[in-house]
Formats: sequence, structure tokens, C-alpha cells
Amino acid sequence: MEGLFDFFTLSDPNVRYVVLGNVLLASSAAMVGTFILLQKKALIGDAVSHAVLPGICAAFLFSGSKNIGFMLAGAFITGWLALVLIDYIVAKSKIKKDAAIGLVLSVFFGTGMVMMTYIQQSGNAAQSGLDHFLFGKAATLIGTDLVIFSVLSIVLLTAVGLFFKAFALVAFDRPYAEALGYPVRKLDLLLTSLTVLAVVTGITAVGVVLMAAMLITPAAAARYWTDNIRRMVWLAVAFGAFAGLAGAYISYAAPAMPTGPWMVVVSSAIAFLSFFFAPTKGIVPKMYTQYKNQRIIAEENALKRFYHLGERNSHLLGLRATNELVVAGDVNAPAVSGALQRLVAKKLVVTKGGRWGLTEDGKRKAARVVRLHRLWELYLTKYMHIAADHVHDDAETIEHIITPELERELEHQLGYPDKDPHNTQIPKI
Amino acid sequence: MIIHTQEPILEVHDLTVTYGRKPVLWGVDFTLPAGCIAGIVGPNGAGKSTLLKTIMGLIPPSSGYVKLFDKPLDDVRSRVSYVPQRESVDWDFPVSVLDVVLMGRYGKVGLLRNTGTNDRTIASECLDKVGMSAFAKRQISQLSGGQQQRVFLARALAQEADIYFMDEPFAGVDAATEQAIIELLRDMASKGKTIVVVHHDLQSARSYFDWIVLLNMHLVAAGPTDEAFTEETVQQAYGGRLNLLSQVGDVMEKRAFPSRER
Repeated sequence: MEGLFDFFTLSDPNVRYVVLGNVLLASSAAMVGTFILLQKKALIGDAVSHAVLPGICAAFLFSGSKNIGFMLAGAFITGWLALVLIDYIVAKSKIKKDAAIGLVLSVFFGTGMVMMTYIQQSGNAAQSGLDHFLFGKAATLIGTDLVIFSVLSIVLLTAVGLFFKAFALVAFDRPYAEALGYPVRKLDLLLTSLTVLAVVTGITAVGVVLMAAMLITPAAAARYWTDNIRRMVWLAVAFGAFAGLAGAYISYAAPAMPTGPWMVVVSSAIAFLSFFFAPTKGIVPKMYTQYKNQRIIAEENALKRFYHLGERNSHLLGLRATNELVVAGDVNAPAVSGALQRLVAKKLVVTKGGRWGLTEDGKRKAARVVRLHRLWELYLTKYMHIAADHVHDDAETIEHIITPELERELEHQLGYPDKDPHNTQIPKI
Repeated sequence: MIIHTQEPILEVHDLTVTYGRKPVLWGVDFTLPAGCIAGIVGPNGAGKSTLLKTIMGLIPPSSGYVKLFDKPLDDVRSRVSYVPQRESVDWDFPVSVLDVVLMGRYGKVGLLRNTGTNDRTIASECLDKVGMSAFAKRQISQLSGGQQQRVFLARALAQEADIYFMDEPFAGVDAATEQAIIELLRDMASKGKTIVVVHHDLQSARSYFDWIVLLNMHLVAAGPTDEAFTEETVQQAYGGRLNLLSQVGDVMEKRAFPSRER
């Protein structure tokens, strides 16, 4: 518990560097990542993050030390080169974009790995820890790193803030942006540079292999929660920051644990939760809506059955046995008894001695369902020219969803009819 | 049958456009007067959209030039508005109807500034003109095809331009929307705006447009509808396929031949 306290008060400078560094890099990556996602360039992020490895190694070979400034500069150069190369291949050859990305990614990363192996076997003492750039090691963050991170993050934040409108426009409708006279190509170049910058910021803590996930996952998760692009960016930033914080804490609590992979695991968990539980777009709320619809259908069908039985002997409020209320081959018995119990709770149905009957409210509600069914059948025959013996199944569904406004409109269009196409009475309420 | 106008608002001069090496438009040359509703009409693959995109500077021409208000496009962008094809964008994008219409103001406010209250007022008015005020806050994925087209139109209106280029605004919209759009266009034309519409329905072309540009890879006819849109010219554009022209194009592509000698 004391560990948790120490962690969150940031009293230990090392902890402070790691936490602030992680939060900065993760949130700026998420911010840039939102636009990459919206421009459907997610794979590009992956290519860049892999392509920075040879740059890091080259910087080490050049400077002979793990000076962070050199490393970042090297990473930036090869990351950028990879993107330019992808565009060049697409423009000048028959190779399509996906193949070009795959090609450049593997060639750059492969070259980087060869260089890293060479450095590790060169016997240079300064090389130890270079492999941390693969999967990241936040514990190696120091004060000067943090200064560089802060500067980079501020650059990213300012750039995205200034060009927010333009990036959104280009992502939504590129030809229109061009027609307005927006410098679309320069904006592309800028977003590309920002992507490389965001990746470069992450290489010490997250590592080159997984940095793409920190770009894309928070944005993908955020998309599930909102239809507003501004809110989406802020949510992505919040998700990224949380993942950064969580990654830092886990590697603090268990020093053997790598920070980068944990950040990715946490942000993936957020994405999964969003995928399943986000209101309206998530899978579970969608399933719940389906479930509620099924319950409404079962209840209304039971009410309708009461009405049909009542119509036969002109006694709408008569008591019925449960098996009478099951339509042969149509509704299954368990759903009926469940529906009946819910109808009792809603005071639409009463139960006496194991038999069921409509209340006055229930009668009205049942009459309405039957009425909508028959009105819709009439509408289908009259306006859509569907034969009278083909309209029942359609009306079975529509009867549950027609609103009072639509009902009035329907009645009006049909001229307030009395009989449906099968010549049965349309109930009045 | 190519009739030029004395003081053109749009001049397309000997325009040739190629995709790769293959020419898709050959030496198109016509002019439009101010305040007309012009229809660019022709069969599938005639290069109608290509012509519009070239005028808007989205595709560079191989030869020839376009002048608007007697100036190159870059000098008069703020007076020119463009409505791309509805299918060209992702309608699941996280923005509202009003956000899309506000994009019409982006040219006026410039690259770095944000839209203000005045822009919002104009955007709302434009939404009202296309009968979509009630949808201002809706997410765009909830719109029908006709509603999407109306939103695109409102966005173009928000530009407050003098000439409007519309790529197939009637494609896949309901009859009510089609009527609403054509009435709006007529109203705009009566206020001196010029409207250029890519259209593929021959039936309605005669009643919709007062100037016709009939196209099939080359210019077949251009001029006031009564004179340029005759049975004979339509027959030329739609009748016998231009076999020779497309065959020559194929040869040029195969041999990597330039469309002009230099």
C-alpha cells in the first residue's frame, strides 16, 4: 500500500520521470493517432514505428553513445524515409499500398535488427540496453529525456490544435478540401511528420515494435463512445494517458515487467471494453436492445391472443388457461408464461385460479395491437399492391413498432377504415 | 454544334485529360454564360466527372486551360463552389450535419482560424434552405441518400460562391429531393448564380437545364438547350460508340505515347 502512495505522490524523482514521460508520450500518440485512424492510415503507423529501428542503430554507430537526442534524430530520419518510400513505390510501380507498406516495414525492421545484432557483438560497452528500444523500458527514463518529451508533446499538441479543422476536413472529404484551396499535400506531409514524431517520442518507453498500438488503439476505443470528432480526440488522449499511467505503475510495482507491453495491454483492454460495453455501439447494449424487443413482442403477442380468443365468443375479458394462450406452432410456452407474469406486474392481465384474463387497460392495449396489425395489412394491400394472403407476416412485425403519430397518419391515409383486407373488424379504441 | 458566349463566366479551352497515358477527354472547348443552369450530359464513361474535376483543379490537364471569371482558378477560389459525388466520402465519419455544412465556411475563414458565430448563422440558414434544419445536430451516418445530398448542397451554399459545380446531385435521391434541389437551383440562377451540373438522365435534362454540354470523350455539342440538345446531337453522343477514339487511346497507353508531342 505504501508503494501505491509513493507512486501517486510522485515523490521519487525516478517515478516522476517515468509517470510523466509515459503519460505525455501516450497522450500525444493517441491524439495524432485519431487523425491517422480517421484517414484510414492505421497501417502507416505500424510501418513508421518499425522503420525507426535502423535510425536508432545508425545514430548509435555514428555517435558511439546512447545519447537520446541523436537517437531521436536518427529515428526521425528513417521513419520519415520509410513513409516517403511507401508513397514513391505506390506512385511509380504497380505495387499497391498494402504491399508497399508490408515491404517497407519488413525491409527497414530487418535492416535494423541486423544492425542491432552487429552492435551487440561489437563488444562496445556502451551498447548494453540498446535492445530496450525494441520493447521499451520506462525505468531508463531520466530527467533530460523528460525535457525532450515535453517539448515534443507540446509541438504535437500545438500542431494538432492549429490544424485540427484542416486535418478533419482532409480526412472527411479530400477533394472538397482541395477544391477549397487547402494545401492538402502539405497537410499530408505535416501529419506524416507528426506521426513520426509521436512514434519517436514513444521509442524509449514503449519500444518500436509496439508503438503503433499506442497510436491506433486509444483512438479506435474512443470511436465507440462518441460521434463527435472533438470528443473523440479528448477521449483518445484520456485513454492513452490512462494506459501510460497504468503501464508505469505496473512496471513500478513489478520491476521485472516491461512498461511498453503493459501499456499496450491496458489500452487494448480499454478497446475491448469499449467494443463490448460502449453505450449503443457496443455489442452488449445492442444485445440488450434485442432482448428488450423480444420481451415486448412476446407481451404484445400474448395480449393479441387474448383479443383473438375474446373476439370468437364476444367476451374480451374472459379467463383463459395458459395452454389456450399458446398459438400452435408459433410461440413457445415458456415465453408465454414469462410474458403473462410481466403483464400481471404491469396490471394489464389478472390471474385467478391458474387462469388469466385481461384488465380494462389490458383490453385497450390488446385492441391497439390488433388494430395496428389490421391497419398495416390494409395499407399493404391498398398502397403496396400486395395480395391479402401475403400481408400477415409483415404486419406481425410492424404492429409492434408503429408509433401513435404513425398510427394517426396511417388511419388518415386509409380514410378511417372499419374492415381489414380479410373483412374482419378493425377495433376502435 | 458548339455555340460560344460573348462574355463567358467559364471558359474551357482545348482541354485534354489523360489517365496515365490514356486520353479520357479530347480537346474539349466550350464557354458558359453567367446565370445559367448548365447540364453536362453524356453516357457512362463519357468523362463528365473528369471534366468537372479538371475544372476544379483536382486533375491536372495534359493540355489546354480553364478560366473562371476570365482568371485562373487559384485567383477566384472563393467565388467557386464544388459538390463532389455523394459516394465519395465516408458517411460514418464522427461529425454532425451542421459540422459538415460549416466546412463550406472553411475556405472563407482560412487554414488556421476557426469558424465563428457568423459562420454558424450562415450554415444554419443554408440548412434551412435545403429543408434540413431539423437535422442540424444529427450524426451524418443517420441520413438517407437524399438527405446526404441536401447536406452537401447546403455546404456548397455556405460558401456563398458565384458559380457552383455539382457532380451528379440527382443520383440516387428520391423524387421529392430531386424536385427540391431543382427548385433551389432555379432560385439561385434567378439571383445571378451560375450552376453547372453533371447529369446522366436524358429525360429530365431538357426541362432542367437552359444550357447543355453534351459530352462523350470529346465535345459533341454545347449551347442553349434548344439549339444544342437535339435528336441529332444526342444520337451522336449516345449512338454509335466512339470505337476509333477509344482504340486510339488504347494504342497510346500501350505504346506509352504522350498525348502531345512535347
